[in-house]
Amino acid sequence: MSVRRLHPEQPESFAFNAENAEWAQKVIKRYPEGKQMSAVIPLLMRAQEQDGWITKPCIETIADMLGMAYIRVLEVATFYTQFQLAPVGKKAHVQVCGTTPCMLRGAEEILKICKNRIAHHAHELSSDGDFSWEEVECAGGCVNAPMVTIGKDTYEDLTVETFNAVLDGFAAGNPPKPGPQNGRQFAAAEGGETTLLDPSLYDGSVIGKYRAFDREEPKPEDAKPA
Amino acid sequence: MLQDKDRIFTNIYGRHDWGLQGALKRGQWDGTKDILAKGRDWIVKEMQASGLRGRGGAGFPTGLKWSFMPKQNDGRPHYLVVNADESEPGTCKDREILRHDPHHLVEGCLLAGFAMGAHTAYIYVRGEFMRERERLQAAIDQAYDAGLLGKNACGSGWDMDVFVHHGAGAYICGEETALLESLEGKKGQPRLKPPFPANVGLYGCPTTVNNVESIAVAPTILRRGASWFAGFGRQNNAGTKLFCVSGHVNKPATFEEEMGVSFQELIDKHCGGIRGGWDNLLAVIPGGSSVPMVPGAQIKDALMDFDGLRAVGSSLGTAAVIVMDKSTDPIKAIARLSAFYKHESCGQCTPCREGTGWMWRVMERLVKGQADKSEIDMLLQVTKQVEGHTICALGDAAAWPIQGLMKNFRHVVEERIDAYQAAHKVAAE
Amino acid sequence: MAKLIVDGVEIDVAPEATLLQACEQAGAEVPRFCFHERLSVAGNCRMCLVEVKGGPPKPTASCAMNVRDLRPGPNGEPPVVLTKSPMVKKAREGVMEFLLINHPLDCPICDQGGECDLQDQAIAYGVSGSRFQENKRAVEDKYLGPLVKTSMTRCIHCTRCVRFTTEVAGVTDMGLISRGEDAEITTYLEKALSSELQGNVIDLCPVGALTSKPYAYHARPWELTKTESIDVMDALGSAIRVDSRGREVMRVLPRLNEEVNEEWISDKTRFIWDGLRTQRLDRPYVRENGRLRAATWAEAFGAIKAKLGSTTAAKIGAIGGDLASVEELYALKGLMAALGSSNLDARQDGTKLHPKFGRASYTFNPGIAGIEQADAILIVGSDPRHEAAVLNARIRKSWRQSGGKLPIFVIGQPLDLTYPYTYLGAGAETLANLEASVADKLNAAQKPLVIVGQGPLLRHDGEAVLSLAAKVAVEIGAVKDGWNGFAVLHTAASRVGGLDVGFVPGQGGLDVAGMIDASAKGNLDLLFLLGADEFGAQHLGEKTFVVYIGSHGDTGAHRADVILPGAAYTEKSGTYVNTEGRVQMTNRAVFAPGEAREDWAVLRALSDVLGKKLPFDSLTQLRAKLYAELPHLAALDTAPVNDAEAVAKLASVGGAARSEPFDLAVGDFYLTNPIARASKIMAECSALAASMHEAAAE
Repeated sequence: MSVRRLHPEQPESFAFNAENAEWAQKVIKRYPEGKQMSAVIPLLMRAQEQDGWITKPCIETIADMLGMAYIRVLEVATFYTQFQLAPVGKKAHVQVCGTTPCMLRGAEEILKICKNRIAHHAHELSSDGDFSWEEVECAGGCVNAPMVTIGKDTYEDLTVETFNAVLDGFAAGNPPKPGPQNGRQFAAAEGGETTLLDPSLYDGSVIGKYRAFDREEPKPEDAKPA
Repeated sequence: MLQDKDRIFTNIYGRHDWGLQGALKRGQWDGTKDILAKGRDWIVKEMQASGLRGRGGAGFPTGLKWSFMPKQNDGRPHYLVVNADESEPGTCKDREILRHDPHHLVEGCLLAGFAMGAHTAYIYVRGEFMRERERLQAAIDQAYDAGLLGKNACGSGWDMDVFVHHGAGAYICGEETALLESLEGKKGQPRLKPPFPANVGLYGCPTTVNNVESIAVAPTILRRGASWFAGFGRQNNAGTKLFCVSGHVNKPATFEEEMGVSFQELIDKHCGGIRGGWDNLLAVIPGGSSVPMVPGAQIKDALMDFDGLRAVGSSLGTAAVIVMDKSTDPIKAIARLSAFYKHESCGQCTPCREGTGWMWRVMERLVKGQADKSEIDMLLQVTKQVEGHTICALGDAAAWPIQGLMKNFRHVVEERIDAYQAAHKVAAE
Repeated sequence: MAKLIVDGVEIDVAPEATLLQACEQAGAEVPRFCFHERLSVAGNCRMCLVEVKGGPPKPTASCAMNVRDLRPGPNGEPPVVLTKSPMVKKAREGVMEFLLINHPLDCPICDQGGECDLQDQAIAYGVSGSRFQENKRAVEDKYLGPLVKTSMTRCIHCTRCVRFTTEVAGVTDMGLISRGEDAEITTYLEKALSSELQGNVIDLCPVGALTSKPYAYHARPWELTKTESIDVMDALGSAIRVDSRGREVMRVLPRLNEEVNEEWISDKTRFIWDGLRTQRLDRPYVRENGRLRAATWAEAFGAIKAKLGSTTAAKIGAIGGDLASVEELYALKGLMAALGSSNLDARQDGTKLHPKFGRASYTFNPGIAGIEQADAILIVGSDPRHEAAVLNARIRKSWRQSGGKLPIFVIGQPLDLTYPYTYLGAGAETLANLEASVADKLNAAQKPLVIVGQGPLLRHDGEAVLSLAAKVAVEIGAVKDGWNGFAVLHTAASRVGGLDVGFVPGQGGLDVAGMIDASAKGNLDLLFLLGADEFGAQHLGEKTFVVYIGSHGDTGAHRADVILPGAAYTEKSGTYVNTEGRVQMTNRAVFAPGEAREDWAVLRALSDVLGKKLPFDSLTQLRAKLYAELPHLAALDTAPVNDAEAVAKLASVGGAARSEPFDLAVGDFYLTNPIARASKIMAECSALAASMHEAAAE
């Protein structure tokens, strides 16, 4: 984590598109009257999804929408590291998880590829402006390490080869299917799961089968003390 | 060993329909109205009797936590907040619930909300779980459409709203009061306690914050009975649990298992053994990055539950098992965690803000051996100056991995220093 | 009350007290950085850790824990708190070390040096060496405006400044951005602070991160002479400490006065001191051939005597200015009486307040601290934020303490007062016909407060408006046994004192407007201005011979025919009566420059030359006479309770109030008096405020 500042070059204005503007009003209503500032993170995130990064006019627009002081929105935008304060690659911003579980399974190789193929420094645009990368902290896919996040999707169980293929796919405008890149079924053990093999779990026969509460009032001594 | 019929989460691998139809077929939302009809006190008592301890890491009894919510309403609304800010390195269990079996959680929100007098639940999903968030929202929409949520949820007479909220990249928001701050639209900086959330929580109202898994297992516990759940595992360590095993095992995986099976059994049965065989096992971080590591020899027979791991000087945490074989540089593995805690410190209180950076910098030098041996004890003292002196537990979490390293691998650290000094002829000067 | 044992001393404390307060009550010293009793509890510095027996085996932040949250021992013994145990000592040393690892070792060039909490506590609670081998953090300095200088590398992130500006000053300018060790205090994109109370963050900052920009590198605290005094920049009479070196005032700091300013002062009070050095009248002047030339005292007095010889008593007048002390007003009044003139007025702004109705008709009767008791507030024609910034903070405090429920109504101009209010309308018609819902709320209040500003009272119908406000106050029950909620908010430090000594037109005498009128018509030959610069000297007729007694070359001096140099408020011992009617005294911190003398002495010397020698030879004698005549002025530092009958009397006066919107008394907060207008710092603040106002309007 380094010092986070707004980018020196800023656009003139910000506006949600019609769809997002409508969505924003819906989100604001999730929170009680007078607590609309709760919506600040969802709105900033949607703005980032729309424009790629968080700009000064975006901060001010959202502050005005939620009745917040600008400094309070700036605090939020700089505190939460998912908010990009500078433009990111047009085709992909690659977020490589580098924390220990991913490191143990080869994240450092993935990072090397980023440095070589995209740009030497994190948050720096590739020469064609199509790519950028950063090392992020644990992205919550440890069982499928190493992994990267691009946009909303994760690419998991990477090797040097498959990660290069992922980048190639994005460069060609034809990204691969997200998820494990080694053909495994999500977080199940590679080559077949060890649990959840009983077909009767899925044929509807469990409905109503275990309704213990219908049969008897549980007596306290039946249960182990907590 | 747990049998499939006793597994709560039957679609964590996403092989079947995540949606409402699939969930119903797998026995979810079954008799929910009848459970609600048993009343608030019955639900809380049943949860207490089940022996369920919070699945977010601290292991506080869930039913007891629910019972702290004021019984009488003083005019302030009550809130249920679900902590889906799963960010502890090594931990990726809630992700599978959110994206593949979300109705467990949605049903749990209704039952838990009712049990604590809350008409509103917010599920705070970490910002990086974007697809998971979309899936959860879709499940909630299905539940509303089916009348399972909203006004008169499930025909129970209870109104229940469930909203998805999210973060944007801040581990600290997994701390319950930081999460509440974040949910209120502020920086995720933990609050001073007391007051505790049950009295002054979200928007100053009584609030209970529970982990996703704790809420998601509640419907099945209430359906099948407290004694069913309590029948698994040892006393004070009851139930089944999602484990996620990462690192140097042959087949990393997430799976549900009974509490208290041995580490060896867990790995051999579900993860295809240690990479390179059991003799190649160096150490294990058994409960997410915040708990101390345990050397391979000690953990092999350890029982994977709260007490079993405490017996080997560590903790169950989130049951996120990070396995390291002998190819691992343990100093570097822990230094990377120190970098994580430095990155994730909220900056509010002095020992954590200043200490995490200091500890990380010393650790980085220790990786190279570029230090004096006296700095090992100094570093341990610094960890002690952080531990127990901060507003929240992040300071402790940053201190423990280093303490665990020095306890078990001090000789490696010292050898590294010797090697560096020999290479740079420091000793000769 | 709860029992507690602190370091072996058993004490009784309120259960809602914090452990820190309890420890202090027991005589134990607890170090702290982030904690401040007037700000919300942050608990972030961790310096105030103490050991609680029977609790978790780790130290507890004493600022954030209430006594009631401690559990008694197994047999009901009082909880035990230790502040000197090994655990506490280690905890403090640890926190101290963490605070210092990234703090620069630049004390020799730091303006906080010598009055730095971090320095002091490092000595008291730290260890002598450092074990930190890494590079220290460097943080970019931030621009916060012309008053607050930053050295952000020194910041220890206590957030007092953020909490002060947000909570007390009521501006959401400051924040803590980023996180972890990269967290930084700043304003939004380094915008200048917009509060009139911003200078207080300098006092609050426990280290040298926020220091005074104008005072930067000017002096060290140990070389300064400290003089306790009273501020005259507004009518509050805030308690101040004037720090001087040699003949110069180096800075002004607040002193504690719970009744008046708590521990805050406005930026005008704090940063005015450069104005005390410029535009000074340091010798007498006499106008010859249309130009002022330096003269001796004898020449100056001689010129006045000559003028006096060619006129009659009815054509002599005197106007008292906004910074004049009671003593000099009393002396000038005595001189005017001796000269036989009843044309005198200390209300240069033209306010229609008058002592004839009784003291309660022109004072802030509930007292400034009384604002905290009020359960409904009606503000009439006032902008307290700019007329009395510190008092405005008290209104905000009261609003915050009420949980945002305190009903506040405003009639006048809808300005940003830093707290929400219900705007009722612009003028007297609104006041005369209060909406039923508003009247209900005011009627329902136990202690309603009606604040009347000077703006509406300056108009020709000022008396009618004042009477109407009094009538409303009486009708809503603001005046009753034990509570007088009729509160006149003054803007000039001298005004209440002037009214107290009766420096108003005597029988058949002219008031300020009358004197200007007479002058324009050629019927006023000789006019004494006692520091009067804001009454409209430009409207005086050419034939009027003007004598200006005062400290600064401002509009009054420019129009003068004779200038008699006087002393500024830091250069004399003078009595001032604040808006509450509280009698306070300034103390001399430095001597007046050059030949300038204390104003009462100038008047005494002049009276001798004019053959009307005033009956006192010293300030002590003057005060003895003053106190004999007006005994309440002898009761220093108290706000006498005035007969509330005056309000009822005032209410019955009646009169026709015009319908125009109420104007405000203070146009430019930073430039209200000759000292402020001589200050470059105030000029800079004024320009900045104007540009920010313009930017906001766009």
